[in-house]
Amino acid sequence: MFKIVKRQEMAEGTVILNEIEAPLIAKKAKPGQFVILKANETGERIPLTIADTDTEKGTITIIFMIVGKSTALFSTLKEGEGYMDVIGPLGKPTHIEKLGKVVCVGGGTGVAVLHPITRALKEIGNHVFCVIGARNRDLLILEEKMKAASHELLVCTDDGSYGHHGFVTDVLKDLLTKNDDIKLVVAIGPVPMMKACSGLTKEFGVKTLVSLNPIMVDGTGMCGGCRVTVGGKTKFACVDGPEFDGHEVDFDELSLRLRAYVEDEKKSHECFLEKIKG
Amino acid sequence: MAIGNLERFAADYERAHRKAPKPEKASPTGKKVAVVGSGPSGLTVAGDLILKGHDVTIFEAFHRPGGVLVYGIPEFRLPKEIVFSEVEGLEALGVKVQTNVVIGRSITVDELFEEGYDAVFLGVGAGLPMFLNIPGENLAGVFSANEYLTRTNLMKAYKFPEYDTPIIKGKNVVTVGGGNVAMDSARTALRLGAENSYIVYRRSETELPARAAEVHHAREEGVQFKLLTNPKRFFGDENGRVTGMEAIKMELGEPDESGRRRPVPIEGSEFTIDCDLVIIAIGSGANPLLTKSTEGLKLNSRGYIVTDTKTGKTTRRGVWAGGDIVTGSATVILAMGAGRAAADSMHDYLTLGW
Ligand code: FES
Repeated sequence: MFKIVKRQEMAEGTVILNEIEAPLIAKKAKPGQFVILKANETGERIPLTIADTDTEKGTITIIFMIVGKSTALFSTLKEGEGYMDVIGPLGKPTHIEKLGKVVCVGGGTGVAVLHPITRALKEIGNHVFCVIGARNRDLLILEEKMKAASHELLVCTDDGSYGHHGFVTDVLKDLLTKNDDIKLVVAIGPVPMMKACSGLTKEFGVKTLVSLNPIMVDGTGMCGGCRVTVGGKTKFACVDGPEFDGHEVDFDELSLRLRAYVEDEKKSHECFLEKIKG
Repeated sequence: MAIGNLERFAADYERAHRKAPKPEKASPTGKKVAVVGSGPSGLTVAGDLILKGHDVTIFEAFHRPGGVLVYGIPEFRLPKEIVFSEVEGLEALGVKVQTNVVIGRSITVDELFEEGYDAVFLGVGAGLPMFLNIPGENLAGVFSANEYLTRTNLMKAYKFPEYDTPIIKGKNVVTVGGGNVAMDSARTALRLGAENSYIVYRRSETELPARAAEVHHAREEGVQFKLLTNPKRFFGDENGRVTGMEAIKMELGEPDESGRRRPVPIEGSEFTIDCDLVIIAIGSGANPLLTKSTEGLKLNSRGYIVTDTKTGKTTRRGVWAGGDIVTGSATVILAMGAGRAAADSMHDYLTLGW
């Protein structure tokens, strides 16, 4: 068992943080890599990008939003309990290099994935702008951490309850207009947000990395369930990614593939809610 | 991985376990062996070397040991209980099994040696599944056989929602390919409730790579064969789900490099098949995860590990390999044979030197 040593609720309980004992993974994991978790015997294998590692304590941290049966099940696990299986680190780490000015854009729980990448980009000597957004103030996560990990943090909310009123793309556009020397944008969040950011940066001709989250089974390149189209070619996100050139990704295909099991997932979630109620 | 003679595997196993007295274990040699992958070749190596007194650890990437025997081969051909009790038997003899470890990611071969392993066997099995590279292949409802079978066998999607992993249960299912894995997939689809389960294969009956017995079983169960047929593209609906396939009829022309008559399309013979599930079972390539992260391993042009055919020795000292990562799609029996040969050679190395 992989024990949960710390559990924390964020964004009004819609987002959960788990710090999990996994010394082998903690030793190896680099920013941008992910793990696959399975809660129990009957559970599904769910990929989640690593939000943090502590090599001394031998722990990794994951942060997830409760969106379906499996994440609802994960959210019921208490401190001291744990996951039956955790596999990783998987995927290629983010290529971290000194470029000059970079922008890290995060939406929703994508901010959690973005955090170690932002920190690493700053540590290596880049000037890091960071833009994070959420639907409203209460749903915003990791504001303090992102502030520390970057040089300038810009916050926005869809409803204007905090920071800039609007989407992360508005703030990104502003940054790109004012700074013509931005070398890289890293955008991580929901698919529509990554698509919008990539569309925008393409106009400005600024290289953009996105981190994709397709449905996976093994995570080792053996099933092809995670395939995505990048630059007209089929790639396996678990071995070729999860990060890709945002200008080349077919986001519409990804959205449709993510919905492959929508009906089943609803049914499964309902069954689960019934069960925990009863 | 194409699987042949599974019945024999099961029978051999039964026989060995019913009659055989508890195997004698040699006294400890103090040598540590890492077996990467717990499919047929890995289990064989582990079983042979533990009896010779070596300290054996198996590393498995999945959460369950057994490799293709567990994720690939359907229950109706090989009851999983047999595999699990085989593994338990090995554990009882002292073999350590570490699941959830991906060699090449969680730990590298170099690190295994640093940790004090004296010899390493690589039996990681099949890698990247091949696709047809035709339009519409990334629609939802188009699976590789690996994914379809793993969801069903390992993740028990047929018990959804009791088990959390879903699967698309097609009414009209097309399986592309003519090997044993294709037969397994087409039969699985029928068991999951398909009304029509088709095998689509571009050559004729005589060229079907599957064992005759598997073809026979499939037919008996109602799998329909559309031979001399080649897919051209898949159609989908507005939700991105597959709804049909366009295919073209083929005829056999001159023999190709493999000696089999080359299938050539018959112009203007295109037709469509309605389908809501497609399984691509045309084989897999070599898995690059491990080979890319390991220095000193010579690979052939297709990415498979080059070994000495008799001993399974790779070009790197202390490292052996066997099964699909060496031969491409082979059979369980072949993989077990490779394991046995490698185990003998590894034992010689551990006691006498390279
Ligand atoms: S998750 Fe199976 S190949 Fe990527």
